[in-house]
Amino acid sequence: MYQYDQHDRAFLADRVALFRDQVARRLTGVLSEEQFRPLRLQNGLYLQLHAYMLRVAVPYGTLNGRQLRALAAIARRYDRGYGHFTTRQNIQFNWIRLADAPDIMADLAAADLHAIQTSGDCIRNVTADQWAGAARDEIEDPRIWCEIIRQWSTVHPEFSFLPRKFKIAVTGAARDRAAVRFHDIGLRLLRNADGEVGFEVLVGGGLGRTPVIGKVIRPFLPKAELLAYLEAIMRVYNRHGRRDNPYKARIKILVNDLGSDEMRRQVEAEWEGLRGGDLRLDPDLVAEIAGRFAGPALTPDPAPVRAVEDLPLIDPAFRRWLDANTVAHRVPGHRIVNLPLKPIGAPPGDASAAQMEALADLAETYGHDDVRVTHEQNLVLPHVREGDLPALWRALDGLGLAVPNLGLVSDIIACPGLDYCTLANARSIPVAQAISTRFADLARQQDIGELRIKISGCINACAHHHVGHIGILGVEKAGAEFYQVTLGGEPGEGASIGELVGPAIPAARIVAAVETIIAGYLAFRRPGERFLDTVRRVGVAPFRERLDAAA
Amino acid sequence: MAKTRTGSINVVTANRLADGQAVFLAAAGGWVADIGRAAVATEAASAERLLAIAAASVARQEVVDPYLVALAAGEVRPLALRERIRAHGPTVAAIAADATRYPE
Ligand code: SF4
Repeated sequence: MYQYDQHDRAFLADRVALFRDQVARRLTGVLSEEQFRPLRLQNGLYLQLHAYMLRVAVPYGTLNGRQLRALAAIARRYDRGYGHFTTRQNIQFNWIRLADAPDIMADLAAADLHAIQTSGDCIRNVTADQWAGAARDEIEDPRIWCEIIRQWSTVHPEFSFLPRKFKIAVTGAARDRAAVRFHDIGLRLLRNADGEVGFEVLVGGGLGRTPVIGKVIRPFLPKAELLAYLEAIMRVYNRHGRRDNPYKARIKILVNDLGSDEMRRQVEAEWEGLRGGDLRLDPDLVAEIAGRFAGPALTPDPAPVRAVEDLPLIDPAFRRWLDANTVAHRVPGHRIVNLPLKPIGAPPGDASAAQMEALADLAETYGHDDVRVTHEQNLVLPHVREGDLPALWRALDGLGLAVPNLGLVSDIIACPGLDYCTLANARSIPVAQAISTRFADLARQQDIGELRIKISGCINACAHHHVGHIGILGVEKAGAEFYQVTLGGEPGEGASIGELVGPAIPAARIVAAVETIIAGYLAFRRPGERFLDTVRRVGVAPFRERLDAAA
Repeated sequence: MAKTRTGSINVVTANRLADGQAVFLAAAGGWVADIGRAAVATEAASAERLLAIAAASVARQEVVDPYLVALAAGEVRPLALRERIRAHGPTVAAIAADATRYPE
């Protein structure tokens, strides 16, 4: 993985010292809350319902064991013993004291971690495919480019006060696991007809109040021009993006107002002045960064491993886990091991300090010291030798992290919602807990098959409900919690935005409504059809009829 | 969710500056975590008085963002779910223990 150099470490040390001074001045009243708020937000520190919340960046979702242990130590020492992994491949701590924040930043910096640009109207933590470097369908590791973007965008003076926050995602694979079509800028590495690798550039995707699928403004960009082209996009956005209304300030609104053709024309015109200039990437520099992502040297082992062959006969639970939670690795004889943080009835994305520490050990023992965070609030050990799977499975089972529910009903994405978030209309996590418990039976989940439920507590859509196969959005009506339900959203290739299935449903009926919808799918589905396929074939109307009949 | 729901019975809440904890202006003065010990204003004038005390506390860097929380008549129970969660903590642990309790 990427190793910090002296420059990175010195920069973080300066930031910690600066923040320590700012906090001290706030606590003694030299700085007012109004003066201090933007400074703390620049360091990822929010004030939520019950306490301060610290959002720590996990750049492109990659951690090593030492870093995971550092996060566990923060959970133990400064929080309530757990952390919450988010849909932006970050981790949040919910119970932070302002007075402790500088020490926490120092502890993070000691593990080459930070909370910079996890908030505010800047270029946020760049996200990537969680299987980067391991996926079979990958053309090139997207994290090389995420890191180049990180270096370019970190405290970039021109882009520190954008009209609004700005999110970039990169995938290097054929299948889009990074939801690049729903980011301000999405980048897809692909190979053109001449065999060259470059980027397809998408602009103006996003969720929130106005969900939009990003538009391709350049089908093929040579890799060396990446930063020049991004800079051109940012300049056009900075110049024309609306600053008068935060709801209309994201680049998706600008792309919509200008039209994607005009947006493309302006970006390309801006790029003309930049291309081939200082921002052109030096191949040596790219090679040097690529070297830091080289990953472990894995020895291909095409022969089936006895332990893996034999164990399913002995323990069918292992087989279920192997089939559900692991996928083939690009190197034969290895698997990508997914760790859903979705035990039945538990808050999605939460991990205890003890789990993080044990996972750090397992990553070091079996996973080449590499752990990934996914935007689906799960973790991944991307490089595991098949022969090690039985031992790893037993250890994970002991931690409660071997539930074979990846991509199933109980693998729910939920934002913090009204239990923690000051912006929420309704709770999210308890809805997820109640649905997960209702569908606890794994055989039933497997029969239902792939189904992605996403629950947001307000229109900010932190849980990406618009692109859930079943999307659930909390709304408030006369002081009570209600939920709007959409069907048929999809974040990856074949991206779509879910369609509203009917009027908002009161909290007391939301779990039953999900059950009614799923029963409808089971009744309507044709052999081999996933939930999403059935919804796309029959539309939402038959589901609405069933909900009306049940209401 | 609206911070305050209309009501004539109120307490004042804020977040303590140093740790962010949700606190309530106490009858005995100062801020307490237990809403049961909060000073209750039953008329507009006394609510204004409590807010003035809170503003002075803000100026002393003790708390931030004070506001009124409307209570149900006759009990120290905020009308808004948001404020009940703020006063008593997240509901997720209770639901993890017994999911049939949702949506209590
Ligand atoms: S979607 Fe709304 S409620 Fe949920 S975390 Fe985001 S801002 Fe808070």
